[in-house]
Amino acid sequence: MVYRRPLVATLAGGMVALGLIFQTVSIGIRSSITGHGPYTTSYEVAMFLAWFMVVIYFLTEWKYKIKDLGAFVIPLVFFVMLISVFLSKEAGLVPESEVRFWLTLHRTLSIIGYAAFSIAFAAGIMYLIQEHQVKTKKLGIMYFRMPSLEVLDDLNFKVITIGFPLFTLGFMTGSIWNTKMDQAFFSWDLAKTMPMVMVWLIYGMVFFGRMATGLRGKKAAQGAILGFIAVIGSFFLHI
Amino acid sequence: MTSGPNLVLVGVNHKTTPVEIREKLAFSQVKLEASLEQLVSSPEITENIILSTCNRVEIYAKVENTDRGIQLLQDFICDYHGISRGNLDQYFYSYCDNQAVEHLFRVSSSLDSMVLGEAQILGQVKDAYSTARSFSSTGMVLNQLFEKAFNVAKKVREETGISERGVSISSAAVELAKKIFEDLENHSVMLVGTGEMAELAAKHLISYGVKTVYVASRTYERAAALAQTLNGCALDFESFKEEMHRADIIITSTAAPTFIIRKEMMEAAIQKRKNKPIFLIDIAVPRDIAPEVNELENVYLYDIDDLQNVVNANMEERQKEAENAMDIIKQEVTKFNNWFSTLDAVPTIVEMRNRAEDMRAFEVDKTLKNMDHLSSEDKETIQQLTQSLVNKILHKPTINLKKKTQSQDGHIYLKAIRHLFHLDD
Repeated sequence: MVYRRPLVATLAGGMVALGLIFQTVSIGIRSSITGHGPYTTSYEVAMFLAWFMVVIYFLTEWKYKIKDLGAFVIPLVFFVMLISVFLSKEAGLVPESEVRFWLTLHRTLSIIGYAAFSIAFAAGIMYLIQEHQVKTKKLGIMYFRMPSLEVLDDLNFKVITIGFPLFTLGFMTGSIWNTKMDQAFFSWDLAKTMPMVMVWLIYGMVFFGRMATGLRGKKAAQGAILGFIAVIGSFFLHI
Repeated sequence: MTSGPNLVLVGVNHKTTPVEIREKLAFSQVKLEASLEQLVSSPEITENIILSTCNRVEIYAKVENTDRGIQLLQDFICDYHGISRGNLDQYFYSYCDNQAVEHLFRVSSSLDSMVLGEAQILGQVKDAYSTARSFSSTGMVLNQLFEKAFNVAKKVREETGISERGVSISSAAVELAKKIFEDLENHSVMLVGTGEMAELAAKHLISYGVKTVYVASRTYERAAALAQTLNGCALDFESFKEEMHRADIIITSTAAPTFIIRKEMMEAAIQKRKNKPIFLIDIAVPRDIAPEVNELENVYLYDIDDLQNVVNANMEERQKEAENAMDIIKQEVTKFNNWFSTLDAVPTIVEMRNRAEDMRAFEVDKTLKNMDHLSSEDKETIQQLTQSLVNKILHKPTINLKKKTQSQDGHIYLKAIRHLFHLDD
């Protein structure tokens, strides 16, 4: 990241793009073999999540030209991929069509939501680093390389604005799916549900807090980080 | 001693020479034409460029002989300005060939500047070059050298951080403002007090896009006057406290003996701003803003010492980047020298003649081995005959090659000869 040479940056970007292509192809092949989208097993979900993270990362980088965002997002993608290595690669069971519809909707919406949250997480970390430097007046190398507080805060807000409603819808469709699976609305495992409620509450606070009371800057960044830690926690509980 | 082109450089700069001397040695733009012509009319000097700025006077030249060339250029500078040599010898520096190349690369990349990494010098070198070109005092060597120097400067600028960080109080303040608010265009600045430094910083911010400017001063007239120059609006001194939340950047520079902005005031302002960040620049001594204000979230307070520390750190950083820049320059000097050495006709001529002589000797020996009936005198005559044949054949090419290598496309001839005679096998 402290490299200045455009070649290195282009090369790194190219590698990520290449990875995305391979991932796309791999997900495509797997889906055509299993006959359903990549959302039935934890492994598939992890792969799909990593894919969406890179897609959203490319979109934000392209739209907002934020230098070095990749340095914070790509390690996360790597982390998700690393987890997926240890998960079972077996194809999942395909439920009957009506339930399948809700499952597809639930998983897809949630995954896009999580991918957006991962960008908010990266933006939050970058915000805290940059904010710390400006506040303490110790302006290191990162100060010059990283974007302004305004841009990072704005990015945090934008991706949460996308992610939170999607996650909420994902949560709702998930509940419907559960109900369709012949289970009562709130009868499922509390240990699995509570983290989700936590995630929803944290992002809800960041999302509505900004609108209502002007919650922004450091607190919004901290919220986005905390929220994503909860996401990772709930993911492990789901596995 | 080679007969190839020799590059020399003679000059003085801010490091070697006090300004009282430098100002006497400067070449005015108006007189430059005459100076360049006068120099190039000397048979010893085939190309020259005069670089004259407030921090340096340097003459780059291609000369017939290095030592004589340096003397000539030094004499020229002294004579031109009517100063005796004895007084100036201690100030002059002179470099030749790759040292001269390295020096020019350093100068144009702003490594030799008073403010490391400043951007102005490159423009000045470009001007000097284009002036010299327009008076036809340059040729192949200096053209190539200067074009290369511009490329090197660009490379240094792009690949190192030599000019990235602000090294003045106001540029450091602008940089900070741009790290807090991305785009200064939609942001406003409020001046409390009309100090000169505050005005300078405000002008800097305005040049980076700040559109809304408020000015408050204890004397309303002064506020009004400054507001007019900055195209802003003047505020009553007492009302600035109520209006404070409107500004994204506040610059204070009053002579007040105590703090005029306190923590609780700023707390109220930031609430009114719905936590939108605010950047406070306190240039006043004694300070205008209580230091605890910085403890508030979304408030960033820098006083004059903080800014000076930033400037110092940036200076140090530029120093470090200068080392990276030197690596680039060293590489480029080597590349340039490789090209430069191909301009020297002598080695090629020697090789060409050796090649011809080898062939002649081989063929003559082979023939004479089978002609034992010849007397040794006859054999000697044959040797001489073939030698003079070779000399005759190579005479014109040698002369022409020497001549051509002095011209713009000389290296093409050298390349052709090396190719035709298989000299690079």
